[in-house]
Parts: sequence; structure tokens; C-alpha cells
Amino acid sequence: MISLEHVEKRFPGTASAAIGDLTLEIDEGETVALVGPSGCGKTTTLKMINRLIEPTGGRIVLDGTNVLDQDPVQLRRGIGYVIQHTGLLPHRTIRQNIATVPHLVGWDDERVDARVDELLEIFDLDRELLDRYPGELSGGQRQRVGVARALAADPPVMLMDEPFAAVDPIVRGRLQDQFLEIQERLRKTIVFVTHDVDEAIKLSDRMAILNIGGVLEQFAPPETVLREPANDFVREFVGAERGLKRLALIKVDDIEVEPGPVVTPRAGADEARRAIDAAGFGWVSVVDEGELLGWVDRQALQGCDTAGEATSRRFSAYVTGRDSLRQALDSIVTSRTAVAVVVTEGQHYRGVLTLERISQEILA
Amino acid sequence: MSDFFVGATTILAQQDTEPLIRWIWISDHADEIVSRGLQHVYLTIVTVVIGFLIAFPAAVYASRHRWAVSPITSISGVLYTIPAFAFIFLLLPITGLSLTTVAIPLIAYSLLILFRNTLAGLDSVEPEVKEAAVGMGLSRRQLLWRVEVPLAMPVIIAGLRIATVSSIALITIAALIGRGGFGQFILDGLNTFFWTPLIVGVVLSVALAFAADLLLLGLQRLATPWATASGVRAVAT
Repeated sequence: MISLEHVEKRFPGTASAAIGDLTLEIDEGETVALVGPSGCGKTTTLKMINRLIEPTGGRIVLDGTNVLDQDPVQLRRGIGYVIQHTGLLPHRTIRQNIATVPHLVGWDDERVDARVDELLEIFDLDRELLDRYPGELSGGQRQRVGVARALAADPPVMLMDEPFAAVDPIVRGRLQDQFLEIQERLRKTIVFVTHDVDEAIKLSDRMAILNIGGVLEQFAPPETVLREPANDFVREFVGAERGLKRLALIKVDDIEVEPGPVVTPRAGADEARRAIDAAGFGWVSVVDEGELLGWVDRQALQGCDTAGEATSRRFSAYVTGRDSLRQALDSIVTSRTAVAVVVTEGQHYRGVLTLERISQEILA
Repeated sequence: MSDFFVGATTILAQQDTEPLIRWIWISDHADEIVSRGLQHVYLTIVTVVIGFLIAFPAAVYASRHRWAVSPITSISGVLYTIPAFAFIFLLLPITGLSLTTVAIPLIAYSLLILFRNTLAGLDSVEPEVKEAAVGMGLSRRQLLWRVEVPLAMPVIIAGLRIATVSSIALITIAALIGRGGFGQFILDGLNTFFWTPLIVGVVLSVALAFAADLLLLGLQRLATPWATASGVRAVAT
């Protein structure tokens, strides 16, 4: 979809090239993060794609055409662009801001209105905001409008320059989640710049880690970067807690859970005791036709004929298949049973995750 | 010059006998007051409009080519320092007693203010707003007219207000060659030791300046609805 071929950028009056020789192939529908220390040329790289900065060498091919052969103004109208402080036009209402590019490319009012409605829904923005000015919105709202505006004319490609850096951490987390949800549906080709490794890990399908002078140190999915950093630079750049960061990327659904000790409520007390001993956890889950009732230990079984008679205690926390292993780990270290119980929607028992199982996954 | 002071002193000496205002004079000269007023307004408009037509493109050019800022500021600064009398008398041999002789100095004086304010206005537009606008695909012309000029409007209009008010005051000097609008009454009053036209001239000049200033202030409010809206309702939700 976008390929940078031996791209070079030298700014006048500087000895070394901002970008020496960068080749990067970005597939359709993927989200690529450009990360690296200050001076690595990540923003320069981004801005060369829509020619806000002109490369001094190489080719940038977008959808089969070299961008350098296109009229820059027309080119930019076909590419969504979001910047850190949103750059909303302060003298235009939210509606006018969102409609900027559709108007530039000549959509009629009816089509623009329909599109604005659609975007309001996608971005969960209040209709009342439409006639306000950007100065009247909160930072988080402005940022969402900024992204909505970039998507207004439905461009296949979006460029984002530190899109969530200007808002506080709580809002940023929410915006990132919303970004993932929207991207899941729209499948745009997105290139974004961030200085925040965790943001890159969370949002990108592949991350391009750049060194000073635009040297591409590694270009791979976050999971790979964390598991097998290409070199010391990457290892140092992604920082400590690589294991934990990787756990955040793996969903419980992605790995096999252990069945764990289980009995039905109709099982005899002796059978339950045997199950407890066999697993060595000191307790057994009571599951009735898939539904998790709770857990019992030897003490609770005293004087009972069946497992169902004993007073079962509920697990303090569960994880579902959509949770990450990092959340499962949190559940393990905070529960008395020392395991994470995995359930599907509606309390259907699936199994358990133990600390050993999770460390296996990190070491794999 | 000295004639002025002689006249003024004589008037002060006569103030016991002469009332401040003879209302009958005003009603007798209603037509003249109107025509002088129109002349004053006309000259003001000519000055500010032509001044702006020169200063605006210069400021736009300078905002894109920074090297031009300093020479343009210097030239308009030098023009600003030429004394008004000298300026008018220098032009007399060339343009005679025409409107042009008055208009040229007035326009020259307005340039410094109009240029600097327009440039400051264009410079006040936040870089990220411009970057986003260009990134979305606005052409240079669209950037100027749809983004930079509207956002620079408060500062540009502030410059127009200063230029207008100072022109209204300066125009009275043009009475020397019979083109002074209300200034003519001031000069007449001084020459004839007569309070009424002097006061009428001064009061109407000041009133005109106030009115023009208010008008432009209103225009600024109309042109920048976002500024008021953000100011009043700027709440972070």
C-alpha cells in the first residue's frame, strides 16, 4: 500500500542526513508505528508520505503511484492527517471542521451531513458539539474530532503524528481503546508516530524502530520485537519489563488453558477429596453443566456426602478469553487460590491458568 | 505656526465676552457641517482603505518571506517620522491643493500600523493549525483566505482601529489647504477668534473618531464569533 524505497532526506545546512536510506513496506489495512529516540527521523518520515516534507532521494509509492509525481494538494486530500494538538481550525465549528476535506473535494451538503452523522456515531460524539467551536471542547473531545475530521472523506490511508500525546493518561487510554475498536471495523492503512513504546505496542500491527539518521533497526509485530529484539539498541529501546509487556499482548484465548480440578455438585465427597489431592491446589472447582458454582476445600467437605452439599466459595476474580495474560497474572497474584479462573461470558467454566503456565508462555 | 498661538491666546483673552457656543451659528451652518463631515469621513475611508491595500499584501509577503520584514518596517517607519506639515508642503508643488496632497501623507502614516498589525495577526496563527490545514490539502491561497486571515482578524482590525482614529485626528491638519473636514472649523475658529466653530470642529472630530472605533469594534465581534464563544463558554468537560 505504501512503500518507501531508499528514501533519503537531507535538510539544507546539516552535515548528516536526517534519513539516510530508508526502505519500508506497509501493507494495506495495517497499523504501523514509527518509534525511536528524538532525531531518528520518525516525524520526518511520516511527513514525507504526504509531502509536508519533500524527500531528497528515493521513491515513496502510494497505491502504485510515486507521491512525488502527484500534485501535493490533491495528494493530501486523499490522506487523513492527525497531529498532536489536533490543529482544529479555531474559527470553524466542529461541523465545519469535520467537513473540511469533503468540502474541498466537492461533496454536496447532503452527502457531507450524512457523513458527519456517521462519524458522530463512530466516535461517540455528542450531536450538541457540532455547532460549538474547538475552544469550547475538552482535550479528549478535540482529539476525537481531530481523528474524525481526518477520516471524513474516507481516505484509505491515515497519517498520525503523536495523536494521543497531548491528553492526560486516563483519556489517552480511552482514546487508544476507541482507536483499536474503530480500526478493527474500518481497517485503514495507518502510519503513526509515537515516542511512547507502550502506545506502539498496544496499537500497532507492526512497529518500525528507527535509530538516529533513520536507520531501521527492526520492523516487526510488537510481540516479535519484545520476544526477539533484533539487537541491543532495540532491547534497550523497548526497555525493561519486556516479559510483562509481552503478556499484555497475548490474549487468554491465544493459549491453551489447563482444565484444573473439577467436580460436579453430585460427585461424592470422597471423589472431591481425590480431585483436590490430585491437583495439589488444595481445592476443587464445582461446576454444574458448565456453570461455575465456586470452589470447595477439604474443610468445607467435612460431613458432606456430595460436593454440592458443601458450602462453596466464589472465586474473587475471573478472567475471560479477551483479557490479556497480564490481567490473568494480576488475577493470580491477588487471589487466595493462586490461579486465574478462566470463564466465558455467562460464567461458563473453561479452566485455570497458573503461574507456571504463564511463565512457560514468556519463555517459549 | 505662530499664527495659531496668537489666535488661541486672543480667544482665551476674549472668553469673558464670547459665549462658548452660539447655537444659532450651528443651525445656520448645518449644511456646511454635513459637507465637512462627509469630507472628513471620505478622507478617512480613502486613507485607511488605500493604506490597507498597500499594507496587507506587504504583510502577507513578509509573513512568507521573513527577509522582507525589516526593510518594509524601516521604510514605513521613516515615512511615519516625516512631520505632517513638511510632508504636505513637500507635495504642494507636485500635487497642488488637491485631495492627493492630503491623502498621501495620511496613507503613509497609516502604513506602519497597518503593516505591523497585519503581520502580527498572521504570525499569531498557531503553527499546528496551519500544518493541519496544509496537511488536509488546503492550497496556499485557501490557507491564507480560509485560515490565516480569519484568525488574524482580531489583530488586523485592532490595527485598522488605530489607523482610523489617528487618521481622523490627523485630517484636521489638512485644513491648511482647505481639505481638513471638521479641521476647517477649528482653523476658522482660531482665525476669527470665535469659540463656536472651534468647539464644533473639535467635538465632531472626537465624536467621529469614537463612532468609527465603535463601528470597527462591532465589526471585529461580528468577524470573530469563535473568540466570544470560546471566551464565554470555555469549559473543559
